[in-house]
Amino acid sequence: MPEVFSPQILKLLVDSFVQTLYMVGIAGVIGTLIGLPLGVFLATSQRGELFAAPAVNAVLGLIVNAARSTPFIILVVAIIPLTRLIAGTSIGTSAAIVPLTIAAAPFIARVIEAAIRGVDQGLIEAARSMGASPLQIVQKVLLPEALPAITLALTLTVVSLIGYSAMVGAVGGGGLGDLGIRFGYQRFMPDVMLAVVLVLIVLVQGVQSLGDSLARRFDKRSRH
Amino acid sequence: MTDHISSGAASSEAIIQLRGVEKTFAARGANAPVTALHEINLDVPRGAILGVIGRSGAGKSTLIRLVNGLELPSSGSVRVDGVEISALEERALRQERRSIGMIFQHFNLLARRTAFGNVALPLEIAGVSKAEIRKRVLPLLDLVGLSDKVDRYPAELSGGQKQRVGIARALATNPKVLLSDEATSALDPETTEQILALLRQVNVDLGVTVLLITHEMSVIKGVADRVAVIDEGRIVEEGATYDVFTGPQHATTRNFVASITGTQLPEHLAKRLTAAPEAGKEALVQLVFKGEGAAQPWLSVLTRKLDVDLGIVQAKVDHISGRPFGTLVVSLPDVAKLPALLVTSKELGLETEVLGYA
Repeated sequence: MPEVFSPQILKLLVDSFVQTLYMVGIAGVIGTLIGLPLGVFLATSQRGELFAAPAVNAVLGLIVNAARSTPFIILVVAIIPLTRLIAGTSIGTSAAIVPLTIAAAPFIARVIEAAIRGVDQGLIEAARSMGASPLQIVQKVLLPEALPAITLALTLTVVSLIGYSAMVGAVGGGGLGDLGIRFGYQRFMPDVMLAVVLVLIVLVQGVQSLGDSLARRFDKRSRH
Repeated sequence: MTDHISSGAASSEAIIQLRGVEKTFAARGANAPVTALHEINLDVPRGAILGVIGRSGAGKSTLIRLVNGLELPSSGSVRVDGVEISALEERALRQERRSIGMIFQHFNLLARRTAFGNVALPLEIAGVSKAEIRKRVLPLLDLVGLSDKVDRYPAELSGGQKQRVGIARALATNPKVLLSDEATSALDPETTEQILALLRQVNVDLGVTVLLITHEMSVIKGVADRVAVIDEGRIVEEGATYDVFTGPQHATTRNFVASITGTQLPEHLAKRLTAAPEAGKEALVQLVFKGEGAAQPWLSVLTRKLDVDLGIVQAKVDHISGRPFGTLVVSLPDVAKLPALLVTSKELGLETEVLGYA
């Protein structure tokens, strides 16, 4: 045990942890910036809905489904040219953010869509009867009322992204997963593997607990 | 609220006017097109409370949604205070909706806004300033009796309180018209009475015209000046509530009226009933009293004048728009006096019907 947690290994662990947070954080934020409006649009653009555009809805739905059916590791290598175009390089932590974001956005779009669709249709009708515009309905009714569900959806996204981030070692992305594979597996250091897994468990637990507690605080439907 | 004329009395001028309105919903997949409303003509006098009653699926939901343009007619015209709702473009329609408040069966309050926040919503939508909103919302919550629930979330309120918030919210933008979509159908009878009283108060104090739809005769009886009966997408009867109740013309109306006047004979009597007199049987006569005749002490006049003994088999007395209306089934042991009873009853202004002998 002692030799495993030499200062070098400890530093690697801390650096990898920070890399994971960095990748997941940036990909999560950019993914949300793309996925949130996309999800709102998907939830409001079918026939007879606020922004009715059934054809656009169908096309976007197809693209989102296609992106979501591509296994992440394949996505990572398939979009290397695009990654190079955006990040200037296809290797490293910053480069890894590109495929992570591209995986996150459609995922977020779908979970946001589900959250928005969970809002009672009667509220939309009430807002329309007050003379609200479609944009006002999104801003004042749909997003605020869906906030607890959106919080849980984004929590789910972050947890999934932490899992995905373990695979970007394939393009030198770094992070905890990469550390586990390179040291724990390839260099036969099971203690490092164990430490990585433990840190990931604690991280995921923490994210989930934070998400749950925020969602509960936002939810005014029942007394607690 | 100062810009309303304070008068509960309905004028003859129609604030809501539907002319030749048809509504057909387009075919969806394998389903054929559905015509929800046929040739609807309806006038709601300014300052009145008009109730539209019908069974579920009769078209009343569609009807009320035409008035604020949530549904558009397939043909015909819908006017509110002179404005042709069906011809407005989207932006103008949104503006017009601010003068038409609406309340709903399931309240449709935002769960994540307090009572205050819910009443503030239509004002925020209209772009009213924060300070102005505060000045407007608090008196409204006071008006509906919720000044102690300002910061409560809907989950902390009872059904009746939620509907009070709904009413305050509907009144926030000073509407001329209030649409009520089965607003009491999810409430118990006592709470229903309170909400109806509040609607009446809003109608009288603020001069807001109310158009309500319901499937409950008790709602019409409790609050409506005028009633329209809708059946299979057509208005089959319309008039002053008292007149429609006391002289229903259409079968649907008679069914609704029977639901509250209860003039069905109990089964054990109905079984024994014969059309011709038999030894040992008494005559059963139904007497309906309404209007002028209802006010006098006709029962004792009847017995004294004819010197007959009458038994009461069934009685139902109701008050509609402040006037009594009732049905009495009496038994007459002395069958020989039946013709005299019928003649004298008619003289007293009662409607008579010999049900048979039992």
